[in-house]
This record gives sequence, structure tokens and C-alpha cells, in this order.
Amino acid sequence: MKLTLNVWRQPASQAPGKLETYTLDGVSADMSFLEMFDLLNEQLTAEGKVPVAFAHDCREGICGSCSMMINGQAHGPWAGAATCQLHMRAFKDGDIITVEPWRASGFPIVKDLVVNRGSFDRIIQAGGYVSVNTGGAQDANSILIGKDTVEEAMDAAACIGCGACVAACPNASASLFTGAKISHLGMLPQGQPERDTRALAMVEQMDIEGFGHCTWAGECQEACPKEISIDVIKKMNRDYLVASAKRQEPYAATVS
Amino acid sequence: MLDLNAKIPSGPLQEKWDQHRFSMKLVNPANKRRHNVIVVGAGLAGASAAATMSELGYNVSCFVFHDTPRRAHSIAAQGGINAAKNYQNDGDSIRRLFYDTIKGGDFRAREANVYRLAQLSVNIIDQCVAQGVPFAREYGGLLANRSFGGAQVSRTFYARGQTGQQLLLGAYSALERQVALKGVQMHTFEEMLDVVVVDGHARGIVTRNLLTGKITSHAADAVVLATGGYGNVFYLSTNAMLSNTTATWRAYKKGAAFANPCYTQIHPTCIPVSGDHQSKLTLMSESLRNDGRVWVPIKRADNRAPSAIPEAERDYFLERKYPSFGNLAPRDIASRAAKEACDDGRGVGPGGLGVYLDFADAIKRLGKSTIAERYGNLFDMYQRITDENPYERPMRIYPAVHYTMGGLWVDYNLMSTIPGLHVAGEANFSDHGANRLGASALMQGLADGYFVLPYTIGDYIAGTKLAKVDNTHAEFRAAEEAVRTQTKRFLDIKGKRSVDSFHKELGRIMWEHCGMARTKEGLTEALKLIPALKDEFWSNLNVPGSGDTLNQALENAGRVADFIELGELMCRDALEREESCGGHFRVEYQDAGEAQRNDDDFAYVAAWEFAGEGKTPILNREPLVYENVHLSTRSYK
Repeated sequence: MKLTLNVWRQPASQAPGKLETYTLDGVSADMSFLEMFDLLNEQLTAEGKVPVAFAHDCREGICGSCSMMINGQAHGPWAGAATCQLHMRAFKDGDIITVEPWRASGFPIVKDLVVNRGSFDRIIQAGGYVSVNTGGAQDANSILIGKDTVEEAMDAAACIGCGACVAACPNASASLFTGAKISHLGMLPQGQPERDTRALAMVEQMDIEGFGHCTWAGECQEACPKEISIDVIKKMNRDYLVASAKRQEPYAATVS
Repeated sequence: MLDLNAKIPSGPLQEKWDQHRFSMKLVNPANKRRHNVIVVGAGLAGASAAATMSELGYNVSCFVFHDTPRRAHSIAAQGGINAAKNYQNDGDSIRRLFYDTIKGGDFRAREANVYRLAQLSVNIIDQCVAQGVPFAREYGGLLANRSFGGAQVSRTFYARGQTGQQLLLGAYSALERQVALKGVQMHTFEEMLDVVVVDGHARGIVTRNLLTGKITSHAADAVVLATGGYGNVFYLSTNAMLSNTTATWRAYKKGAAFANPCYTQIHPTCIPVSGDHQSKLTLMSESLRNDGRVWVPIKRADNRAPSAIPEAERDYFLERKYPSFGNLAPRDIASRAAKEACDDGRGVGPGGLGVYLDFADAIKRLGKSTIAERYGNLFDMYQRITDENPYERPMRIYPAVHYTMGGLWVDYNLMSTIPGLHVAGEANFSDHGANRLGASALMQGLADGYFVLPYTIGDYIAGTKLAKVDNTHAEFRAAEEAVRTQTKRFLDIKGKRSVDSFHKELGRIMWEHCGMARTKEGLTEALKLIPALKDEFWSNLNVPGSGDTLNQALENAGRVADFIELGELMCRDALEREESCGGHFRVEYQDAGEAQRNDDDFAYVAAWEFAGEGKTPILNREPLVYENVHLSTRSYK
């Protein structure tokens, strides 16, 4: 199939960017979206032009690197799929596809379609862990965890840190991402001792990074390639409110 | 020649590690913060090592080329992690896991290292659970297990088909906690391009910042490379596209011996290639073979839909050839059996390069919802890529390059032949011999990082007089200059061919001549083709753009240059090893399709030593001595 691509080009983080239009022929329906971009880049290289920079790695929807806004949808039209898992049979000959990076002040643009998601690491640094040093752990089977509990925790833990939730949200909120980690650990016995301080510190860091507030739009769960439910935001809100009511101070250093 | 001393402690196998931990020197708690340790790579091995050493009090600097450490390829591992807990009461023990791993490696791994790995496996599970890793559980709240290839016990712990993700995120969370506590300085978008050696010791690294192109060097008392495997030398593999050999290859050129490069693993169950545009191959976890049955039609060129082929006309070839292990035969054996069926004209799917992995029986026996619970995400993944529904139609699978057992040579302390340079995880050669069993890579990465390096690096630091150096020293400056020159050179060639086109061609040469079935003629031919490709690379490469900004083609050029040279070493290693063992199959040395080892002449680790640009590398041999296992023909019948 032959396609028209409008791709965001921005040579540097402080340089102005704009959409450039390219025509690409010979796209097979079996190709993935990123393999289509490989083809575009080979074409640009052969023409003596600078190829499009885009983040990618595993190409199987688990590393969270790929991050394209496709025709206004984070990761494109398929539910539960990251950009790299979208295949060209979702499109047809003659289609026009607009491709942009994630847009959020918490994700500064590096170049073209590549953004810097260090903000997500800093939110995790604020409390997305169980404070346990290596060695000295008790036998793994000493902690009983019900099957249903672990399945629900796993649903939340499946977050790949891609940022589609932020990109899809009208407020560029990172609530789904933050809520997912808070929920995962908050549902497990191992996460209980730090449950209050974790919620306070991670939410505070989320705000410091410049992400917006959640106004319950629900776009995030539709965009999430791991289909994480906005229930995790409910759990985050609950933990945050309870912790605030108890007037806990976060003891983990907030990260600047 | 190198003096290869594995430094295996004396004494009975079961006591070596405990004895060693007592005899290793310790660094005083108050002194640890005076010592810098560099960790390159933050996958399972790197993140666990960096986090643990920071917890102990060392100053750790961790370097990754991604935007965040959570992108490491460990994240993609699917099926599970082995440990000798014997929770299932089915006969498992440390000794059995040790034996299964040694046998699985076709008796080409170091006994002492493997025993230690089995011993530490139990601690790993405890640590991961303590971190909140959501392993699957039974109804009563205890941990669940499943079986994996090459074992007759159920010892694999898993989190759906995303075990690598959960283990990595556990190590990543421990790492980020240390970053917050200022024990680890995290450097993202920094790619290591060289090791700095001062007075014969590894004292630092040179890195290039991928966003600005700036080249800097960093000093330390010890360096750890945890940079993963080199499967992408074949271009198409299950590896993430950015996985590469650069860190280990540059270390090789600075004096770190590269061991057994020809031991590459081909995983039997991957989604088949769909066209020339293919950028990577997608793994379908070995755990699927717990419930899926592998078959091809009995008749050649049978184009009927699978549902139209009656049972009597199906060849469940793994069950037929290996009755005691059946569909859970180890990877090298299962891959060769699939290739044999396809070469015989009975393959399925486009091009006849595929076999069926069929869940119909399991779905009938257990119900669709149980299968969905066990493998849901894998089935979805398959359907998205092929547009076929594996709940209704058998999966089509074909072998693909997946893991590399070869890597930098290390001793019992995980130190390479460069003093102070330690290597962990898939980047080293150590514990899997000539074939890795499923669910043991995750085990090895975490054993190395959580429980081995923190002790052995302490021993090295406490026992070595290390002069104070920083990155203004002459060796650092010289190494930086060399990297700047090399980087600029890629940009200056201004030829006609893209980096990718060279990479693809290398991949074809390697798959054709150094893949599942190797011959003297094929390998000799490859050793002519690869140098020719290398010459063309350095004269006709086209890297667009400049070096002072994000330039993915420039990054890739460096990686492909290293792959070309490594590919040559792999073919040389495969040619030299005139036997078949594990993943290394020489057509000339077989017994009716099964690998035929030659223990008299080849029971050694081939540790290759760089002899200079354009010179033939030197083969050093570390003999493998087995005191505790009897070398037998590896049979899974």
C-alpha cells in the first residue's frame, strides 16, 4: 500500500518543530508500524536526508520505549497494543497518517519523536519500591498471598512505563502510571509498612514533575497498551487521602 | 597466551562457595564509601549488582544507553525463573538443579560455578518476593510452579508470561531507591564505548552521550559489565533491536578473553518470519510447551488446514523422538528436530518454515479460561502479529536465535582476564555451558548481581593496591581520543550503503553458515565473506546526520562494526570446535541427528585472546574437569 505520512520533525529540544509530509510506497500489511518507519528511514537515508529519530527497542510491547501518537491516538488504533505491536493491516492504501511524539511538560522532547521520560524514574524514586536490602529475606512461602490478590496486583504491575496514559490525557496527568505502582505494592503484604508514605511521596513527585491532575476523563485506560484499569487511580486516591488524614509526613526524600 | 586461572576454591562441591565467602576479604563498612564501582547496563544482573553494592555502602555509578534503566532487555523474558525450592515435593534439590543444568549445558560448563548457581537460586526467590514481585500463587496463598525444558520437576516460578518484566522491575525499584538515597549515580543515554586500563587494571570507562554526542570518561576502582548478549549478530533474533556486543567487544580488544562465542542458542518456539521487512523475531515462551503439543503433518507438502488433518496423519515428533521429555526437550534438541522436519518438506505456513504448537488437547482438558490465565498475554501477542487465533488454530512456530551462552571469560569471582573488570549476566560465558536451559537466564543474572559480585568485588578491592586515578590521567585522555576518532570515522566515510543493509547481510551470512547446522565448508566460506563485508563496510558506509545530536544511525554503525568482527570470531570458534555439543552442531560430528561430543579432545572452554587489528586471535584453553558428574551422552529419550 501507498501511504502519506505527516511526521513531527524537531531537530533539537529547543528548536522549533513542525510536521513534514512524506509518501511511502511498498508498505506490506504484515509490517509493523515501526518496520514501516524503518522503510521510511531507509528511503530518507538513500535520498541524503536525515532519518526520523524514534524510540524503540523490544518491538514486542514490553519495554515501553516506543511512543508515537498516531492520528491523535497514543499507540494508534488497536486496544491493548503498543506502537510496535500495531500492524499495517490496520490501515489501507491511500491512508494519511499523522505521527507525533507524546506531548506533556513532564516529557521534554529530545528530537523528532523521542521524548525524555526521566520524570517517570523520579516518581518511582519517590516511593515505588519496598525498602528491603538484599539478603536476609525470609523463605518466600512464609508470606501467603491469595490468588485473586496476586492476580490483581499483577494487573497493576504490568505497567511498562511508556507514558501513553500521559499522552492520551487531556491534562497530561501521570495518575494511571503512578496509581499502577501504588496499587501493585499497596495490595501486597510486602507493601503495607510503607503504604501511606509511598502514596504521599509519589503523588507529590508527580506534581513536581509538572504532570496534570486527574479529572476522571478515562482516556488513559483506553490508551494503555497493558489495559490497566483506572481502578488503580481510585486506589491511589484512597491511599493518599487516608495518609493525609493520618497526617503522615513522607520520609523518603522527594527527588528534585 | 593467557594464564587462565578459574580460581575455583578447593574442597567438596557443596562447600566451595561457603568456604570462599569466609576466605574472601571484606571491605570495612566505613571504607566502602571511599570506593567507586562502575556498573554498565542495568538489566537483571546490572540493576541487582548496582543496587546491592550501593546498599552495602559503595559509591556506584550506573550507565545505561536507554532513557531509563527499565528498558533493559531482561524485561522481555517471559516464562519463568528456576529455583531448587522443592515446594512441589516432586524430587527437586540443589543437587538436582545443578545436575540438570550441567547436563542441559551438554557437559561444557564449570561444575563449581553451576553448583553455586543452583545453591543461590533459593535465595533469589526469597529476595524477589520480599521486593513485591507478584509471582503466581495457588489458592492457598503459596507460590505456584510450572515445568520447563530439560527438567522432570516443576521448579519454575513465574508471573504470567511476563516473569522477566516483574523480576527486572523488582531490581529496578531497588536500584531507583538507591538513586534516591544518593548511593547510585544513574547516567542515562550514555553508551559505554571503551574500558580504560591503568597499570593492568580496569579503572574506568569511556562513554558517549547519545543526546549531545559528548565523549567523556569515568574512573572507578572496579568495573562491571552487565551488557547482555550478542544474538543480534544474526540481525534477526528475539533480542531487542538495540541489544549489542559493543561493551564486551571493546573489552575484548583491551584484553578480556572472549569465551565460546560459537555457543549460541536457538529457541524452538518463535513466530516465523513474515517478510524481508522483518526487524526482529518474537519469542513464544517455552512455558507454552507445558501444554502445547508440537507436530507437523506426516505427509510432505500437506497444505490442508490443521483442523482437516486427522490425528493419524500427524507426527508429534518431539513426543516420538524423546518420550521421557516429549515437548519439554531442551531447546537445542527441539530446534534441530523442528529444522529436520521442515528440511524434510513437512513444514507448515508460508515458505514451509514452521511447525505447529497445538493447544487443542489442553483446552479440551483444562478449559479455555485456564489456558488464558496461564498464557493470556502470549496468545494475544501471537494474534496481533499473525492475525490468527491460537485458541482455535494451532500456533505456527519456528526456531530463532535467542540467547548466547558465549561471552567474556570470567573466573569463579566473575572477573575477566582484565583485573578489576567483572562481567555478569548474559554478557559473561559462565554457567550454561553449550546450551542454556529455560528459566535459568533470569536465575543467573540475579545470582550474579545480588549474591556473587557484592562479595567478590569487595574481595578484589580489599586485596588490591589501587593507585588513585581520575579521568584526567593519561590513559583516560588517550581512550577518549580514540573513541572520538572512531566515532568521527563513521561519519566521514560517506559511502552509499546504510548501516542496516550491512547488518542484514551479516545476519544472512551468520544464519546460513553459523546457524543451526554448521559445516567446515560453510564456516570456511563465512570466513571469506565476512572480511569482504568488513572491507566494504569501512569504505562504503553511509551514516547521515552529525555526531553532536541524537543520531541513531551513528550509534548503530558502531554496534554493527563490532558485530562484523565478532561474527568472524564466532565462525573461527565454530570451525575450531570439531565436535557437536549443545547449541553448536557440526554436521560432521553427529549420531543420527543427535549431537556427538568429543570429550577427549574438546572438554575445554575456548577463551579467545585479541592479538591486534588484522591478526589472528589466539586460542587459550581452560580444561573442564568434572569431579562430581559422570560425562554421559546427553539423552532426553
